Amino acid sequence: MIGIYLLGAFAIVIILFFSRNKMLVYSLAGLFLVLQWMITIYACLHYRNTELIYFTFDSLGVILLITLSIIAVPAFIHSYIYIENHHENQQTRAIYLTAMVLLIMAISAGYLSNHIAVTWIFTEITTLSASALIYHHRNKLALEGTWKYVFICAISITFIFIGILFLSLSLQNAGSDDLSFRNLLARRAELNPVWLRMAFLFIFTGFTAKLGLVPMFTAGIDAKDKAPAPAGALFATVLMNLGFVGIFRFYIVIANTPLLHWAQLVVGSAAFLSLFVSTVYMLKVKNIKRMFAYSGIEHMGIVMLGVAAGGIGYYAAILHIILHAFVKSSLFFQFNQLYTVFQNKSIYHIGNYFKYNPTGAMVLLLGFISATAMPPSGLFVSEFLIFKSIFDAGQILLLIVVLLLLTMIIWAFGKNMFKVLFVPAVGFDDSHVPKISPWESLSQFILLAAAVYLGLNPPAVFVKMLKESVALLPM
Amino acid sequence: MIHVLLITFIITLFYMSIANRLMTYIKVLALQGVILFFVVFLQLSEINTLNLVLILLETIVFKSLAVPIFLGYLLKRNNITREAEPFLPNFVSLVITTFIVVITILISNTIKDDHLDKIFFVVALSTLFFGLYLIATRRKIITHVMGYMVIENGVFVLSLAVGNEMPMLVNLGILLDIFASVLILGIFLNKIGDVFKDVDVDQLSNLKDY
Repeated sequence: MIGIYLLGAFAIVIILFFSRNKMLVYSLAGLFLVLQWMITIYACLHYRNTELIYFTFDSLGVILLITLSIIAVPAFIHSYIYIENHHENQQTRAIYLTAMVLLIMAISAGYLSNHIAVTWIFTEITTLSASALIYHHRNKLALEGTWKYVFICAISITFIFIGILFLSLSLQNAGSDDLSFRNLLARRAELNPVWLRMAFLFIFTGFTAKLGLVPMFTAGIDAKDKAPAPAGALFATVLMNLGFVGIFRFYIVIANTPLLHWAQLVVGSAAFLSLFVSTVYMLKVKNIKRMFAYSGIEHMGIVMLGVAAGGIGYYAAILHIILHAFVKSSLFFQFNQLYTVFQNKSIYHIGNYFKYNPTGAMVLLLGFISATAMPPSGLFVSEFLIFKSIFDAGQILLLIVVLLLLTMIIWAFGKNMFKVLFVPAVGFDDSHVPKISPWESLSQFILLAAAVYLGLNPPAVFVKMLKESVALLPM
Repeated sequence: MIHVLLITFIITLFYMSIANRLMTYIKVLALQGVILFFVVFLQLSEINTLNLVLILLETIVFKSLAVPIFLGYLLKRNNITREAEPFLPNFVSLVITTFIVVITILISNTIKDDHLDKIFFVVALSTLFFGLYLIATRRKIITHVMGYMVIENGVFVLSLAVGNEMPMLVNLGILLDIFASVLILGIFLNKIGDVFKDVDVDQLSNLKDY
């Protein structure tokens, strides 16, 4: 089935790229969504099976695949609204949808792959398709964003490749040449620790470009800013999750070797630095879309702190990235309506949004409450568990500093958000504000509600899968 | 013989660190491709012939012909001035490059592994860091591309070290080479040159937070 999925998606990509007919383009996008849901349901039914050697429907992959498929539906709906509102020409429309389909296909395959080199290949493909989406507007700023993204991602995938080479050196002592995660885990005792350290450093650094951690987070911010908001929603959520999968699967291997403590130190310090950097930028940032992007860096920092702390932190980390995906994507989906009203991204020129679009303003308000992890947001639960894991690990000083940083982030986020919602913008002429249908906000409400539901009252099967994803880690 | 070639490869890095003109950079990249061609020929003795031919073709056709010709074409098409415009004086560059190589040799001495010829490790790692250094200290965007090509050559050397046992990794390296180069150079050819007339990194600072 995964073979059919990949071939089908490739066929759709090729036809989409050359088709100019409006009906055909949209029906192909719809067809891809059907295909996406078919593979998702198939993966649930054939749980733990391996197909085509390199793809396994394991718990982590399946949960994230379901998350992706759920977010993909509103992503296409909002893309449709976006394209029709901007009266895009036939060519840009076709390229946009092609890149979107290719991106979702590559992310899905990356989640499911059980071999580090295969994950790497699909990460490369996401770079290609993402760059086409970032360059959608064809102007100077978009070009700058695309160039930075492509260049940083090219370096980071090179880093991952170097890491894979070191990993193969580390495996040579074990007399094996199979780089699948399962084989690495089985031969963990025979891996050469020096090469393993180098491999982890390079692979971790490489995947931070996708995950959005220090040191490679910069490119992702520009990408989320310049790409159309529906594509930005995918970059800020499911693409970050791909980076997480790449790091996490390898982390499982290294956590079962004597290098666990060292790896915790590496991951923990990168995570803390990300949190610090995102705080600094959140206090300064005036572009609301970039503010959402920096909030993503903050959340990934929290997630990786949970991974580094261990214990309940592993479980909470995976819960957190899923809930974060729902919340952050709804904020990004909402952004286009905000932009339609004010025609500006700067905080200075946006204000009193409740007056112009009450439904959309409700989404922003609820999204703000969710993203800052205030109850009843589901993120509250996962963040609380992560703090508990840091506490259990005995890092009380770290916890205090983290909480202080988070307080500053909530202050900055809240200050900007309440300005957007309630304080009138100076000199804004509201005679030409278009009417926005409340139905366009429906998907955002559903996503936010899903985050609350999954956080506060997770279904038993969901908890079981989360627990299985972290079962291989030492508790 | 392989050692001689790899040491020549390191010497090209020193030459590159003090070179002034962009055409020299391009010629050095072509030379590195030729050196890699011979290294592949001598090193990968155990893999099957078809694969070997593919790898050889990649080094000679892609690394030492296609990319340099393309870069030269870009220079002409975008009317890029011939100076590399480093931020640091050449002497400092040379010292830093030496420093990089010495550090990697020291690192390699701490590693005990009978399976690996350490010179591959030294060459690969110093090329990687030199490439990053080149990217960080040159003003023009096209020198960033050249720095990236240098990094790729370094990675290719490292992949040759394990090439006999795992030819798949060498092929993956080639995939990376072609994919990333085409993507980066493609954007450069089509867009950057047209939009940013004076191709300089200072122009790429309009994406801001406020």
